[in-house]
Amino acid sequence: MTEEKHVVTMLVDNQPGVLARVVGLFGGRGFNIESLCVAETTDPEISRITLVTRADPLVLEQIMKQLRKLINVIKVRDMDKSKAVQREMALICVKAKPEHRAEVLRIVDIFRCKVVDTGIEHYIIEVTGDEGKLAAIINLLKPIGIKKIARTGIVALFREPK
Amino acid sequence: MKPNENMLTGAQILMTVLQEEGVDTIFGFPGGAVIDIYDELAKTPIRHILVRHEQGAVHAADGYARASGKVGVCLVTSGPGATNTVTGIASAYMDSIPVVIITGQVPTHLIGNDAFQEVDIVGITRPCTKHNYLVKRIEDLGKILKEAFYIARSGRPGPVLVDIPKDVAKNRTAYTPIEPVRMKSYNPTYQPNKWQLEKVIALIQESRRPMIFAGGGVILSKGSAELTDFARKTMMPVTTSLMGMGAFPGTDPLCLGMIGMHGTYRANMATGACDLLIAIGVRFDDRVTGRTDAFAAQAKIVHIDIDPTSIRKNVLVSLPLVGDCRITLSELNRLIETIDFGDLKKQRHDWLDQIDQWKQTGAMNYDQTTVIKPQYVVETLYRITQGQAIITTEVGQNQMWAAQYYHFDFPDHFITSGGLGVMGFGLPAAIGAQVAQPKKLVVDIAGDGSIQMNIQEMATAIQYGLPVKVVILNNRYLGMVRQWQELFYNKRYACTDMEYAPDFVKLAEAYGALGLRATRPDQVESVLTQGLSSPQAAIMDFWVDREECVYPMVPAGATLTEMLLV
Repeated sequence: MTEEKHVVTMLVDNQPGVLARVVGLFGGRGFNIESLCVAETTDPEISRITLVTRADPLVLEQIMKQLRKLINVIKVRDMDKSKAVQREMALICVKAKPEHRAEVLRIVDIFRCKVVDTGIEHYIIEVTGDEGKLAAIINLLKPIGIKKIARTGIVALFREPK
Repeated sequence: MKPNENMLTGAQILMTVLQEEGVDTIFGFPGGAVIDIYDELAKTPIRHILVRHEQGAVHAADGYARASGKVGVCLVTSGPGATNTVTGIASAYMDSIPVVIITGQVPTHLIGNDAFQEVDIVGITRPCTKHNYLVKRIEDLGKILKEAFYIARSGRPGPVLVDIPKDVAKNRTAYTPIEPVRMKSYNPTYQPNKWQLEKVIALIQESRRPMIFAGGGVILSKGSAELTDFARKTMMPVTTSLMGMGAFPGTDPLCLGMIGMHGTYRANMATGACDLLIAIGVRFDDRVTGRTDAFAAQAKIVHIDIDPTSIRKNVLVSLPLVGDCRITLSELNRLIETIDFGDLKKQRHDWLDQIDQWKQTGAMNYDQTTVIKPQYVVETLYRITQGQAIITTEVGQNQMWAAQYYHFDFPDHFITSGGLGVMGFGLPAAIGAQVAQPKKLVVDIAGDGSIQMNIQEMATAIQYGLPVKVVILNNRYLGMVRQWQELFYNKRYACTDMEYAPDFVKLAEAYGALGLRATRPDQVESVLTQGLSSPQAAIMDFWVDREECVYPMVPAGATLTEMLLV
């Protein structure tokens, strides 16, 4: 069976130790986490955890069941791409020597992202999009020189009925 | 100033909730962080059994829970008191036993400061408890304790730990009785799906070689009577896992005995040949399945369990059914009443005949020669006690011989550390079982290695006048590992020879128990009779054949039907 990437989101009690239970479950049972994102929802007692994992269908089934078994986990969903909006944000610090500055700004324009900090030899770019968009811009900026990068990991929500 | 009467200390709230939950016995060991709780405990009618090591407290609470059907409770102090409980908690977790563990903690303002006897026990036990809590505010204590008992006993049961800082136990708060627990994120499924139930019936009707594989879930859900009914009405033979021993009467003609690595020849052969396997309250442990891709290869598998994570974890199944074992079995029994299965005797004739032939060819046998055979000791014990004793075991060969040669006709009579396999489990578990069932004969079948892992609990037995009996199958080896070394490591007995052991008879006497020894086969019966009939706790030391092995044996990773028989 082939491993595929899955975005799993869950609503959990917003209490100390809950994230440790979720992460500990992945570590203890040999499941992997590619990215992880946690924040409060509009209800301060509930947080949303979004994580990306790579698993074959049987392992994914175990992941979902094991997560549901945790007492502090209220709801778990597999955010299938066809039904959910998936986004990630990255802050990318690019080397920007005079000869590259125009090129970097052109890329920023094409990808409709923003320059949020600038200096004599760098730009920090804020980019938001799906996996493909982030991969594409990183690919274009690499030859110019990426000094640092910080990514949020994917967050996702199911689309509401039209 | 006189404190307000509605104001209770944390320790008083704990005592109130314990009594509301029907707790009348606690196993524990005091210390600085729980001194306020102990001070309050002494004012209640709750009986406290003072163990000699905190590991013993959890195993005793485990044995108590299994023998009484109630939640076992233990109380220990912070730091080392708490860490000593970890093995016991992990064992209860793997066997799904309802236990609530109360640990003391340093005062809240010291948490995280590396204070004296401070340890993050909630962090340590997170992966081996069903759930755990650190109580940071006294206002939450009552609700948390109620939840702890509810979680421990409901759904798939398990251990729940509550860590109570010293100031939380000491401070006061207004206490109002707690409402029944309702949790938005925890609602076990008890009722099975109706359509799935009908599919099970259809599969039984189609099947020519059906069998049942029952496990600890049947015992935990108190579904033995329903299982027995189900098997007899459909004339399906039943094998059990180690944890399921006694879920179906061991002496019933339909009983195949235990499945797995040291299962009976007929149980393992039948699993390989059946065309329908109805698995109830089991989790397909690797010691049960052998090679999973060849397990029950000809069968459609129905899997009934209250825990969805058990289903499709180790083996693929044709029909999953999430629900309580007892409720599911009684629903199936109700459906069966309306079905005409035709002439079941005729339909099952060839299949049951085949099983009978396996029974004849692969019978359990041994030659009782001039040295005592361990199997003979267990068989004699079975005969003398007429199968009525509660048996606890240590882990290793003693555990397997107990399972093979003591035929369990009743649930809750075989108490063993099945999942984690804890040496040192049997004696404290026997103490817990004896506290729960004071009129019952409770026997720990032990090895000379494992009994030394918690031998200190003999003092507990004596202090409370608990007449537990310890039967040591003494081969001066760590026998099960030695057996693997003999069979798979070219007889290199690396570090398994326990050349030196204490004189167990004198040791028994030193504790104030009866000590007896048998070195020849003709002494076995008289030693057992004398030891079992004594009103005292007793250690009986049987010098058995040093190199006897447990057979049948399926080598690790082999197919279930590939057994070594001698």
